[in-house]
Amino acid sequence: MKSHTPKATPHVTQNEALIFERSHPGRTGYSLPPLDVDETPLDELVPVEFRRDDGLEGLPEVSETDVVRHFTRISTWNYSVDLGMYPLGSCTMKYNSRLNEKVARIGGFANLHPLASDTDAQGALELLYELQEHLAEITGLPGVSLQPAAGAHGEMTGIMIVRHFLDARDGQAEKGAPRRDVMLIPDSAHGTNPASANLSGFKVKTVKSTPEGLTDLDVLRALCAEGDIAGLMLTNPNTLGLFERNIKEICGIIHDAGGLVYMDGANMNALVGVARPGDMGVDVIHLNLHKTFSTPHGGGGPGSGPCCCTKELEPFLPTPRVVKNGGGEGDTYKLDFDRPQTIGRVKAFHGNFGMAVRALSYILTHGRDGLREATEAAVLNARYIAEGLKDDYDKPFDSPPMHEVVFTDKRQARKGVHTLDIAKRLIDYGFHPMTIYFPLIVGGAMLIEPTESVGRAEIDQFIYAMKQIAREAQEDSDYVLNAPHTTRIGRLDEAAAARKPVLRWKPQEQASAA
Amino acid sequence: MLAKVGLNSIEELFTSIPEDIRLRAPLNVPHALSELEMLARFEEIAGRNTAARRPSFLGAGAYAHYSPTVVDHLISRSEFFTAYTPYQPEISQGTLQAIFEFQTLCCQLTGMEVANASMYDGSTALAEAVMMSERITRRSRVVVSPAVHPEYLEVVQTYVQHAGIELVRAEFNEGTGQTDLTDDAILNDAAALVVQSPNFFGSIENLNRMADRAHQAGALFIVCVTESISFGLLRSPGACDADIVVAEGQSFGVPVSFGGPFVGLFATREKYARQMPGRLVGTAFDKEGRRGFVLTLATREQHIRREKATSNICTNQGLVALAATVYLTTMGRRGIEEVATQCAQKAAYAARRISALDGFSLPYSAPRFNEFVVCGPQAADGLLRRLAEERNITGGLALSRYFPDKPNDFLVCCTEMNTRAEIDNLVNGLSSLI
Amino acid sequence: MANVPEKLHYSKDHEWVRVEGETGTVGITDHAQHALGDVVYVELPKVGDKFEAHEAFGSVESVKAVSELFSPVSGVVTEVNESLQDEPEKVNTDPYGEAWMIRIRVGSAGEVDGLLSSAEYEDYLKAETE
Repeated sequence: MKSHTPKATPHVTQNEALIFERSHPGRTGYSLPPLDVDETPLDELVPVEFRRDDGLEGLPEVSETDVVRHFTRISTWNYSVDLGMYPLGSCTMKYNSRLNEKVARIGGFANLHPLASDTDAQGALELLYELQEHLAEITGLPGVSLQPAAGAHGEMTGIMIVRHFLDARDGQAEKGAPRRDVMLIPDSAHGTNPASANLSGFKVKTVKSTPEGLTDLDVLRALCAEGDIAGLMLTNPNTLGLFERNIKEICGIIHDAGGLVYMDGANMNALVGVARPGDMGVDVIHLNLHKTFSTPHGGGGPGSGPCCCTKELEPFLPTPRVVKNGGGEGDTYKLDFDRPQTIGRVKAFHGNFGMAVRALSYILTHGRDGLREATEAAVLNARYIAEGLKDDYDKPFDSPPMHEVVFTDKRQARKGVHTLDIAKRLIDYGFHPMTIYFPLIVGGAMLIEPTESVGRAEIDQFIYAMKQIAREAQEDSDYVLNAPHTTRIGRLDEAAAARKPVLRWKPQEQASAA
Repeated sequence: MLAKVGLNSIEELFTSIPEDIRLRAPLNVPHALSELEMLARFEEIAGRNTAARRPSFLGAGAYAHYSPTVVDHLISRSEFFTAYTPYQPEISQGTLQAIFEFQTLCCQLTGMEVANASMYDGSTALAEAVMMSERITRRSRVVVSPAVHPEYLEVVQTYVQHAGIELVRAEFNEGTGQTDLTDDAILNDAAALVVQSPNFFGSIENLNRMADRAHQAGALFIVCVTESISFGLLRSPGACDADIVVAEGQSFGVPVSFGGPFVGLFATREKYARQMPGRLVGTAFDKEGRRGFVLTLATREQHIRREKATSNICTNQGLVALAATVYLTTMGRRGIEEVATQCAQKAAYAARRISALDGFSLPYSAPRFNEFVVCGPQAADGLLRRLAEERNITGGLALSRYFPDKPNDFLVCCTEMNTRAEIDNLVNGLSSLI
Repeated sequence: MANVPEKLHYSKDHEWVRVEGETGTVGITDHAQHALGDVVYVELPKVGDKFEAHEAFGSVESVKAVSELFSPVSGVVTEVNESLQDEPEKVNTDPYGEAWMIRIRVGSAGEVDGLLSSAEYEDYLKAETE
């Protein structure tokens, strides 16, 4: 069984040094026109005590060819969506359309300064407004801000809105008055949830999940009875890939207790065109344009995390808002700074505009039918994997999954093969591993999200690979434990790396002296 | 596939969603556009962004610099832009090595010992720095210069409003255009002093002196930079004894793109590494002794420490950090210095010529880098609007946008992109319009 | 099976304490270091800090987890094992010896009586794993 031909192969680019190690004194790779203005003597320009005196020592001195070869070579060490299936659960690694890249680079967008006057930036404002309108329709929540730069940032924005709304409603913004400060968060939640709640001044109480993997209504009621409930942060479908079918009741319990419901929109790829958080009773949500709306993940960013909320919460959204001017001939748009109840600004300027361009392009090229079809395919693909692997891996929850499915290493662990080993072995079969050890409430979790961007043939290959690994775990566990076998480097000693962290390059002599 | 999972219809995929909350009608979103239609539509929309086509002297936190062709080419490689956060190091070494190089470049430019994998932008990086100073000093008063970018200050205010941190504004010297710390008591019991240099008004701050003042009071010294090209010419904050340096890295080959995506730089002293927010990449070795790179010191982060994490930030600004890395590598040691010098030279030329015009003056005396405030003879927003309409020049930023008490002032920025002819047109335009 | 030396007192938080006169030496058990995996960082208090019994006095980190350290007894810290800063891996190799964490002046002598003996701790571990 070791004879499978993996997709990853050894390569001519095995050993590309750091760019600093390629540097040669005096080499350059840039060209600039000569200075065309009358020159000011340097000391008059900037007095010597304010000028650098290290000559930027250490910065690379390389040619353009060096630069292109360097980055092209190291790029080949990456797995990417364009190479194949990337089933990272909760990350929604779908195809990134080239058209979206192209439109984001149109000069009229890329070269537009954020402080251009509204009159000079009507196209950009209209584009932002249109995207807001579509996101409002998709979520069923009419108030939208595109300012947050990422999911966790949108989450912080949403939770701060909850804080400000409660203070305004309860008249407790004044000093000394008691405040509702308990934020309920399921134990299956993403770690950003409690971190964001803490940033907004809430105390976190954990809601346990039922054996079925859903929010436990009795626990929820009991926690609400303890009082001071500010709200609930819920992911739906939750991080186990299960739809919280009691969502309306959950929202009702929280609302009755005087709190608000925040939904983490990380898993919206299971819902677009099928159901809307606003119709479920959710008050505020963040979306991840880099997940559901296909803006590229870029090796870890940039993202964009719009915050969508009910009409009631809209006054609290970050400033400025993009609004349509009333009346007059033809539609015009402006930035509205006059929002006295706002939580404030969460980022300089207007959010990650370039990501908004791409996301709008995704929505418009898919259209109303395409958006729903994408959801259907994403859910069907996950369901197919759930079915295909249930005989080989432990599936801790019986309910049919939505867009992602969780398995565990329980059966393989008896042979000493754990989730990490299975993930590493999957690399040899040419796939990026799934999300591992998340959610935390499932021991040895493997969270698989295929997205709509894979066809049946590739999913069958993935299932085949996973089945092979299950067999290998039984028959030749050592081989799995030592995976991957086909990559440029083997497993790295992360403990040693964390004990004596080396976080930057230094010249040889400095490094050895240190 | 449906049959294989035991279903008869697509609708059955969604039976776990109660019927009463399932959408019955299609979304009210237009029907799909073809590629051709999309391009035409977006070209038309983009065409209405008239400012994008005009010679411009706008800066104030977003700077139009030349980005060598290889930058966009290399970041457009699928292997970079369609990958995710490097959770599996064996198949993410490209991203990890590039981040390690980015961290190194940040340290070299800022003069600091450690830097992280990047933040969303300069403004959020500053907010994180302020919160980090509270963690380190366990003090809750933070003194900020009033010459920090106003939008950055707004962001910091939003972040700290529920963190029990009080922001106190230092004074502003209307003569020099620099931060004024003559109030001796202001730093008492402060967690940090926050200063931007070059500051929002273009003045270079006396960082050495302010670092001493901060340290005497037991406060950390946080330096913020919005125009990162200035690192090519100005003494690094690290050399001026800064404890935390944050910067907006957009100047490094990233388009202004109506304000984002940008990239925040975050650097500090080694002893504070474990208090840093954000991702960090470090070296590691495999069993054969081969060098590689991994995400490290992850226990600071939200996915492990949850509500006790140093920040809620989840990832970095990957691809934009890569663009900055490619830019800095391509420009290199000499190019960064040359760009910085050209920017300063052009700004000096523009400042000299504008200040020679009747009715125009430069209110601040401190040394500058590539931005400066001009005080005109009439309201600046009207003047700049007429300059745009009649002369097709975006002449700068009317400061009344942020400071209603400065109606006649506007901020002018020059980069290597502004030719002498553009600067001369600006000067002629200003003189002809008054 | 985890190593559980006699003559030490144990807490249910998996810390041990060795009492000599007024001084208690505190560390984490072999079971705890095993559960944590490779220890990469130990955060300890300063000399002079005061803790109640079962109060967190620091934390210990592995690559992907962080655990708080709870003082088994109350008292004032008199000494801190600085060598763990440079060699946190000692926690894995010698949890009862070189990887002691703090010494404290024990608040009241009777406190250790409330802790587990080695035999009781072994039973506790057995019960926990079952």
